[in-house]
Amino acid sequence: MNFKLHVNGATHEVDAAPSTPLLYVLRNDLGLHGPHFGCGLGQCGACSVIIDGAVTRSCIMTVSQVRGQITTLEGLSKNGKLDPVQQAWIDEQVPQCGYCQNGQIMTARALLNRNPNPSDAEIRVAMEGALCRCMTYYRVQAAIKRVARGTTPTGPEAAK
Amino acid sequence: MSMPHLPRAIETAFETNGFAASRRSFLQNSGALVISLGLGSRDNAFAAAAEADKMAGPYVDPDYRQLDSWIVIHPDNTATFFVGKTDGGQGTGTAFRQMMCDELDIAFDKTSLIMGSTDTTPDQGGSGGSDAIERDGWPMRRVAAEARRVLLELAGRHFNVPVTQLEVRNATIALRSDAAKSVTYAELVGGKRFNVALNGGNVDETAGVAQVKPVDRLQVVGTSPHRYDIPGKVDGSLKWAVDVKLPRMVHARNVRPPVAGATLRDIDESSVAKIPGFVRVVRHGNYVAVVCEREEQAIQAARQLQIQWQPPATAPFPASDQLFDYMRRASPTSPGRAESQGDTEAGLKAASLVIEAEYEVPFQGHTAIGPAHALADPSNDQMTIYSNDMKSYGLRNGVAQFLGMPRERVRVVYMDGPQAYGRTAADDAGFEAAFLAREVGRPVRLQWMRNEETGWDTKGPAYVFKLRGGLDKAGKLVALEYDACAVDYNHLGYNEPDTVLISQLMGRRPKAPAKGAAETPSVQYAIPNKRMATRVVGLPLTWETPLRTGNLRDPNGPQVTFAFESFMDELATAAKADPVQFRLDLLNDGKEDEAFRKARSLAVVRAAAKAYGWEPRPSPKKPSAGQILAGRGIAYTYRGRTVVAVIAEVEVNRQTGRVWAKRLVCAHDCGLVINPEGLRRTIECGMLHGLSRALWEEVRFDTEKVLSVDWVTHPSLRHSDTPETIDVVMVNGDPHPDRTDLAPYGAGEASHKPLIAAIANAIYDATGVRMHRPPFRKERVLAALKAENV
Repeated sequence: MNFKLHVNGATHEVDAAPSTPLLYVLRNDLGLHGPHFGCGLGQCGACSVIIDGAVTRSCIMTVSQVRGQITTLEGLSKNGKLDPVQQAWIDEQVPQCGYCQNGQIMTARALLNRNPNPSDAEIRVAMEGALCRCMTYYRVQAAIKRVARGTTPTGPEAAK
Repeated sequence: MSMPHLPRAIETAFETNGFAASRRSFLQNSGALVISLGLGSRDNAFAAAAEADKMAGPYVDPDYRQLDSWIVIHPDNTATFFVGKTDGGQGTGTAFRQMMCDELDIAFDKTSLIMGSTDTTPDQGGSGGSDAIERDGWPMRRVAAEARRVLLELAGRHFNVPVTQLEVRNATIALRSDAAKSVTYAELVGGKRFNVALNGGNVDETAGVAQVKPVDRLQVVGTSPHRYDIPGKVDGSLKWAVDVKLPRMVHARNVRPPVAGATLRDIDESSVAKIPGFVRVVRHGNYVAVVCEREEQAIQAARQLQIQWQPPATAPFPASDQLFDYMRRASPTSPGRAESQGDTEAGLKAASLVIEAEYEVPFQGHTAIGPAHALADPSNDQMTIYSNDMKSYGLRNGVAQFLGMPRERVRVVYMDGPQAYGRTAADDAGFEAAFLAREVGRPVRLQWMRNEETGWDTKGPAYVFKLRGGLDKAGKLVALEYDACAVDYNHLGYNEPDTVLISQLMGRRPKAPAKGAAETPSVQYAIPNKRMATRVVGLPLTWETPLRTGNLRDPNGPQVTFAFESFMDELATAAKADPVQFRLDLLNDGKEDEAFRKARSLAVVRAAAKAYGWEPRPSPKKPSAGQILAGRGIAYTYRGRTVVAVIAEVEVNRQTGRVWAKRLVCAHDCGLVINPEGLRRTIECGMLHGLSRALWEEVRFDTEKVLSVDWVTHPSLRHSDTPETIDVVMVNGDPHPDRTDLAPYGAGEASHKPLIAAIANAIYDATGVRMHRPPFRKERVLAALKAENV
């Protein structure tokens, strides 16, 4: 079956079974590297994308369910300029292996879009579902605070 | 030719335009050859690379005794370093570059580094054991120094002056008398081979004629350039091992026995044959996989495939709740070991107070955030495996043996992937993908599912300990008895094919299972009489088991340190002594001080106490009335030649049992520090990984199967568990921080090792309740509090 997907500002037509999780379409049909397979159960966040401003687990959303504008990790930067969240991740040198960081960054971006200046407690709650086996949590939280202190959200979802 | 400075671009080029093939020609042919790193269109480049690689074998080992195997100078006066290591995300690649830049005298941003691919980088064994910087950095430094020496000689000939009249700065050599007269490295050898032979009976000994620089002349080492691999990991541009796609590639998923040790009776292939894109069911013995054109099809087929399994006649293992009783009763699989000093029996008899305690540590898993995966390409009777296996060289050797292929027809291309800190199923997936690719005759991409990764990945060994200690009238430890028993009976090897899961499921058996070991603590305490005994036991099902063991971040260290450093605290309490002072006294009593081990131990314990603001008093604290009980705990240990002391401040919720480590302090001495900010993060994350094992991690199973199969049934540390503050004190090089021969030691595991003990000691300080078995989940802690009426 053919589906139209709006991903990172472009429209793509893909041919897949309706029950196909969005994750495999993004990775295998559109060749994106940001969202990763972690659990296929919506438990870890490695597959996260932002759909119309809300962070969404692409491993448990089927391609037939998707409505709206999908932003992946690749789509956060604009005109070659990194999103402030991504820049903070570099400034803070957050990742270790980095495999989960898609989930950390996308969850943080969605949090900062709806709450530009979250408290420590709000950060912990919002980020709770984004797991990291290298345990970079301390630096993830520091990077989020860095963005909250220094900038207002400027990601592609901020305008919505 | 342009040379992109961002190494992630090189990583992409590496896989997309036949870089590997030209690198192999460079290493195998003499004469000038330029390595092209220009970036082409990705899809076309893939096809071209696949074509090129069909012609590309044999995959001869890069000769570590050739300078060209390690360093290439490009025509634009940049350099690429080639090292036989892998970087799981602790920044060792960046550190290697810093070390080599210093010796070569070239700016950090004018270099790049390629790691761990068997046909393009010399075999340094991949990573493991915290030995990257400590051991493998040395040959890298020496070959870079040798390259600099050779370049100086060439410049001497160029200017027709003795080398002593030359000086080097930023890859440019000038006359001391006239800086305007200069020649760049590129002008001397850019794009060409050095053709310089090196010495050394093995790769670790690789050396040229040149000496490395003394520490006080290092300029890049000791600074904190950003890790080169991070930008690609945060903007989505990095090509991971999971991202490689090849023409005609198919997707595979394994189907595991539902019960450990079950025998496959029958497969009904018609149950999946109608799934669109279905290619094949592959079966060999008890190993089963399905192969489909698309990934989601393979997942569906793996779920849908009807198989009849016959459960084993006897239970494969005791349930996790009975594990420790089983271990205490089990006969050792080999004679135990015991090391004695003094007369422990007499010492205990003479002691004025003897205490004893038992400790237990469950199996804990690697459970990578991304399940094990690999892509294998069988083109042209060769086998190329794209993998994040930390030991890519071992994987190559193992697969060659497993498939009965000549080594030079097999290669492993190392790429980034999810880290799991040890010998993991990444190895298994590499073997499986290679086997499937040969069966199907097409490139096969395989990834495990979550339940497989958590359920079937290798486990860190479970332990039971019994300790007895005797104090004299002054409260001094005069005798100690240590007995450790580990379940370690089918241990994943480095390149032994019969230790991987697919091989065992196929019915292949090594002569004897790899047993691993039970270990003793790594401390410098002076204990006049001691007996340290260890033994290893097995479980009923040896082969094809989800409880196979494998090295997990300092394979035995966290378990052993938990027991030993908990017991030190119990002894300190019995002696009514402050836990820090009790340890300092035991360290001070030590006489021998080979390699400053005693002095460095004292320094880190003192530094941790000072950074924490430790006020001396015995544990536990006086009980307080409120809902939150706060306390602090220390633990100290060596890991190799690196020494650490960690202090944890915890809050225990009396009503829920929840433990929060509010603050962690680590004093760390790993000798010469290459990249302080990189090291700081590795120390932090190592501690939090240890905190996860202290608070959450445990592999549970019934008598048939593992029950911990996802992030609900196998919880791990989360954002809400993160400490408010983490302080890291680098006590490096004490007592002589300025010595010019100061060596760097390992740092990947040391801070991880004492965490469980520090948390247990802090819980005791807060509550007066001693936890003898991690993880300290709230239910277990609450039950312990209630049992002691706290």
